[in-house]
Amino acid sequence: MKRPAKANGRVAYLNARLLDPESRLDAAGALLTEGTRIADFGPQLFAEGLPDGIEAVDCGGRCLAPGLVDMRVQLREPGEEHKETIESASLAAAAGGVTSMVALPNTEPIVDDVAGVEYIARRAREVKLVKVYTYGSVTRRLEGTEIIEIGLLTEFGALGFTDGTKAVASASVMSRALSYAKTFDRPIIQHPEEPSLASGVMNAGELATRLGLTGIPDIAEVMMLERDLRLVEMTGGRYHAAHLSCAKSVEAIRTAKARGLPVTCETAPHYFTLNETAVGDYRTFAKVSPPLRSEADRAAIAEAVADGTIDVIASDHSPHDADSKRLPFAMADFGVVGLESLLPLTLELAHKGAVGLLDALARVTCAPARVLGLEAGRLARGAPADLILFDPDKPRMLDPDAFRSKSKNSPFEGHPVQGEVLRTVVDGRVIFEA
Amino acid sequence: MSANGEQSGAFGFPHRHLLGIEGLSPLEIGFLLSLSQDYADRNDRGSGRSALLEGRTVINLFFENSTRTRTSFELAGKRLGADVINMQVGWSSIKKGETLIDTAMTLNAMHPDVLVVRHPDSGAVSLLSQKVDCAVINAGDGSHEHPTQALLDALTIIRRRGALKDLTIAICGDISHSRVARSNIHLLTTMGARVRAIAPPTLMPRAIERLGVEPHFDMRKGLADCDIVMMLRLQTERMQGSFVPSIREYFRFFGLDKEKLLAAKPDALIMHPGPMNRGVEIDSEIADDIDRSLIREQVEMGVVVRMACLDTLTRHLRPDVAPVGAAAS
Repeated sequence: MKRPAKANGRVAYLNARLLDPESRLDAAGALLTEGTRIADFGPQLFAEGLPDGIEAVDCGGRCLAPGLVDMRVQLREPGEEHKETIESASLAAAAGGVTSMVALPNTEPIVDDVAGVEYIARRAREVKLVKVYTYGSVTRRLEGTEIIEIGLLTEFGALGFTDGTKAVASASVMSRALSYAKTFDRPIIQHPEEPSLASGVMNAGELATRLGLTGIPDIAEVMMLERDLRLVEMTGGRYHAAHLSCAKSVEAIRTAKARGLPVTCETAPHYFTLNETAVGDYRTFAKVSPPLRSEADRAAIAEAVADGTIDVIASDHSPHDADSKRLPFAMADFGVVGLESLLPLTLELAHKGAVGLLDALARVTCAPARVLGLEAGRLARGAPADLILFDPDKPRMLDPDAFRSKSKNSPFEGHPVQGEVLRTVVDGRVIFEA
Repeated sequence: MSANGEQSGAFGFPHRHLLGIEGLSPLEIGFLLSLSQDYADRNDRGSGRSALLEGRTVINLFFENSTRTRTSFELAGKRLGADVINMQVGWSSIKKGETLIDTAMTLNAMHPDVLVVRHPDSGAVSLLSQKVDCAVINAGDGSHEHPTQALLDALTIIRRRGALKDLTIAICGDISHSRVARSNIHLLTTMGARVRAIAPPTLMPRAIERLGVEPHFDMRKGLADCDIVMMLRLQTERMQGSFVPSIREYFRFFGLDKEKLLAAKPDALIMHPGPMNRGVEIDSEIADDIDRSLIREQVEMGVVVRMACLDTLTRHLRPDVAPVGAAAS
């Protein structure tokens, strides 16, 4: 399956539907990679035949697009390799069409120093599948009190700073982090949730009352978000809100963007695909943080993805082994795996007509690349040849047992989707073929 | 319908387990109550013992301390001739790593006929029931359900008032954390009673009106014209500061005393699932008033209701007795 790219090997992708969300290109044509880069592409390329010495790939009219950039992934390595490793996550990413992914720093040890960033980079080079980046934590040991060496970690390649699945709860620490990171033009990525209101295990409301489970109200999310937006206004620092789950948060972001604040945000596919009823009879695979919300919230998130209020869709890939999930609901861990369902669930929005295909793809390619300042997520001459070839219409059922991820904790078992990745290319190398 | 299986006609409880009241139909609840009534009558006649479950094994699996409920199930099983084994699993050993599933698998290998399970987490009994081959009775899971308590409460009321329909029943206290409240709300509303929930706002769960009850934050208004007053136990850990400011403040506004009880109907009856915190949620004088308090009778009905549940859930093991309906619960 893995084929090394010849040093300056040239591969021509012929008879493709070229999709570039950034330039809004959607046309039949061809694309040429040379070594690790995109050399040329367009409707007219090779219209008069393919010169000798170029390997040809007939795309059969299928879509050729930039590889996905997943800006929220938990790798579990180092520390919890029984749940996932950089290698297994990379295999999952490749199969899911993700060519760049960014790891949360909440491993053991925590990525709060230069050595942590170097470790991830070295392991990614060894595994050599997709591009693996990492965030640094905002605070030392994720304790929420002292900020880490943001400048040094930036020099070593940390793309942003976040306390992962924990909110930076202290307003003064958040304020300092935002103003300090601004110097290095790095975003602070927040898990927006007021901890003192978030001791529950599912969305607060009728269902939680019926099930006798403690609830987390949507207000826990929006009040932290609104606090942070005030701090952004004061400091001018770049802020990215992770995995928004509710209508109130969408409203807060809409207002902040209208006022011109340097704010971006993201959601995950489960927040526009499922609502709290997925918890049903205590299904721990539907236990996520923040929790799945009401149907009105789900609809508001889908709408915000469509109108661009939500910039990015990230998988929020959170692998957990069976022992962490086959427990009474309150004791089970939060999170779902998502690398291998990110593309089809995102395409579902386009299939439903809620959003155009290019806009849907933008949320998982050029938009996250822009937030992180990554050279990725677009078709451009000279850009890295990080590509996916996919069939957007192929109907199938999601089957977590077939996932490459070590963990199978997905609430989407048997979920009907359309869309399948046929080939994933990173730096000109084919790393996955269906 | 008689308990030893001489009845004819369709079997009225087509479920494998008794995990909760929510979702049961009035007919299914009626079936369990009428069978319980049979057992109560037989007890009154002094013919309460039987060999119905001879050679059968009932395991009481309790992950939480309980004397009353466990003893009640034990007695019910023994009166029916079953071998009853009590297993008290310390919470600490669960935390140490033996998972609920491991425990379920181990017990399943011993081939019990009925598992009676109490667990401090909502949904834990349902989870366990998916991993075993025998019938499971939920003896209380977290803040979720305690179905046999609701059945015994209903039977107690029916024996005094004839029926549940159109009675006004107030459930007072820590509704948020109470499995007794939830099971009672489901049962009483299903059977046509008017149910009110009375609690301070900090102990009233969200959207409680969606369960078909009327929420009240003023106890006198909530008790107005009630036929039955059900008090709930306030757990010690919730008494000071976190949910209510103090015991004395709670008792002042939500404790049942003579004066507040005046708002209810003059012949209103008082219930409590026990164990009572005298002077916290209920005044001793009322708790001990034999004309008003049904508390002792509730305990008595507990045994017959549990006999009826054990009988019902083991009928598929006695094919000569009655056909089993759809096996799903």
